[in-house]
Amino acid sequence: MAKHPIYGLMAEFDNTHDLVAAAHRVREEGYRQIDAYTPFPVEGLEETVGFRLPLLPIITFIGGLTGCIGGFILQYWPNVIGYPLDIGGKPYDSWPSFIPITFELTILGAALFCVFGMFFLCGLPMPYHPVFNVPRFKLASHDRFFLCIKSKDPKFSLDETKRFLEGLNAREVSIVPV
Amino acid sequence: MDPVDPVTEEKPAFVEPGSPWIAPGHSYGSVSDRIAGVVLGRTRKGWIFGFAIAFFLFLVLNYGITMLFFVGVGKFGINIPVAWAFAITNFVWWIGIGHAGTLISAFLLLMRQKWRTSINRFAEAMTIFAVACAGMFPLIHMGRPWLFYWLFPYPDTMGVWPQFRSPLVWDVFAVSTYFTVSLLFWYVGLVPDLATLRDKAKNKLAKVAYGFFSMGWRGSVKHWRRHEVASLLLAGIATPLVVSVHTVVSFDFTIAIVPGWHSTIFPPYFVAGAIYSGFAMVIMLAIPLRKWFHLEDFITIRHLNNMGKLLLATGMIVTYSYVMEAFMAFYSADKFESYMMLNRMTGPYAIVFWTLIACNIAIPMTFLWSYRIRTNTVALFLIAGVAQVGMWLERFVIIVTSLHRDFVPSSWGQFYPTPTDWEVLFGSLGLFFCLFYLFARLLPSISIFEMRDLVHKTAEEAGVIAGAAE
Repeated sequence: MAKHPIYGLMAEFDNTHDLVAAAHRVREEGYRQIDAYTPFPVEGLEETVGFRLPLLPIITFIGGLTGCIGGFILQYWPNVIGYPLDIGGKPYDSWPSFIPITFELTILGAALFCVFGMFFLCGLPMPYHPVFNVPRFKLASHDRFFLCIKSKDPKFSLDETKRFLEGLNAREVSIVPV
Repeated sequence: MDPVDPVTEEKPAFVEPGSPWIAPGHSYGSVSDRIAGVVLGRTRKGWIFGFAIAFFLFLVLNYGITMLFFVGVGKFGINIPVAWAFAITNFVWWIGIGHAGTLISAFLLLMRQKWRTSINRFAEAMTIFAVACAGMFPLIHMGRPWLFYWLFPYPDTMGVWPQFRSPLVWDVFAVSTYFTVSLLFWYVGLVPDLATLRDKAKNKLAKVAYGFFSMGWRGSVKHWRRHEVASLLLAGIATPLVVSVHTVVSFDFTIAIVPGWHSTIFPPYFVAGAIYSGFAMVIMLAIPLRKWFHLEDFITIRHLNNMGKLLLATGMIVTYSYVMEAFMAFYSADKFESYMMLNRMTGPYAIVFWTLIACNIAIPMTFLWSYRIRTNTVALFLIAGVAQVGMWLERFVIIVTSLHRDFVPSSWGQFYPTPTDWEVLFGSLGLFFCLFYLFARLLPSISIFEMRDLVHKTAEEAGVIAGAAE
């Protein structure tokens, strides 16, 4: 695979309909290293960029489970093993009164894993990314829709890919410098 | 490479007249510009004036707390038998106010209620600031506030631990979890909007600051998908959390044996009251916000009507709880319980009790049934304010009238608030409004990306643009 001094080619679209149609055409054409950028979540794009079932629910579940078990042990250990105190003849392992804190820490664990897991999976924070080199990319957070074919795609060829993207009802096709 | 000016771009109008939750004529670009314009535009005189008042009250809070720390909790009017008074009332009141924000952002998201879109952001901000105000009160109410960290389980050299069977320790976990989760939920929702502000900002400092906090968000398909999944998961876990927090707060009372506190109705009763006061606060924030920042297109009269209906619904649950509480006190045939209720209605604090009934039941439950009143901003604002006062009085009545006369008449007493009590109460309002003013100035008060999504869905439903599936 030839090394390109560019990150890829970026096509700009006016509306979601054109973007989704173009993304499907790009996929059919055999491109795999693609990504789309939109100002709000657009349905029907995940399969075109090859996005599988998200890991996030599993990560969140693990976080919740960690919080739950950790929270219970946090109370069980001091009361039963570490420093047992007989208070009003109550059993050391008075588990019903440990439930509220166990519950809260379950929620805390799940929420922390969920949020930091999401940022981790998204690769954020990412201070630099080549797509920001395209001046019009500012509009991806306003009202425009972008589709990028990366140069690392085996099928990528600067001229052919550019011509192909221009034929997809794109408003503008620009080169993304690295 | 000239900078792109989004304002000069053509804007196809996407929202047709007659759409339910947004004014007609809006497009993706126009909602973005309008909401971001509030943040990126110039500071207005009205804002400075309002902030100055809030800041003055904040200074009053600082004065009150400084004197309190200097002298001791005796600066409050508390003593035996009434050892809990204003500080705990304020704590319960503030944390209750926070609940509506989470309810709007989480519960209404799960219920797929589209009208939450334009109110969820500032309601979530309200939650965070209200919980911050609430969290302060148990700390300053401690005799030795510099030892607050004893509440947390940390391995100290003596090997002793907090009493995990105590609801006061449950409270620490519930409130700190609630604060953390609310903050995370809020921040996750803010990231795409911070990216919008980063791309629109002209000022160098604003660019760097919004750029830093948006963490390089670029709106990739994968980002959005994960963002959506994360929001749904957080909504799913925040909904039981919000119920648990006020339940735990009510345990602070119900676990004790004091007549008027020891009651199984408290958890649902407290949660309903929390949501009631929270919606009242959302209304009280929404009405000036939409007027001052000209956001009437997004926070429409229909939104206010819906919030008024929710206020009415939760108010009815609160009414039912009051009736049941009084009924059970007499039906129990327990003389301490029935005396407690009689004392509330006819004793030294009877005026407070009847004001509370007027504020929470009589006034809102009479007027909120009317569509004309729910859609009249001034009337709705005033009713929400009355309900807000009523909810504060409710917590005061529960705490003080239960404590001041318990089992043995020889240990009865009275509570009178001191200047410090009032300084800290009004000062906490100052803290809240200072934070809220800063929020409204520095961050988008309405979720921009969700409004774009709303424009899209509204246009799709009206058939203005083709659906993505075609």
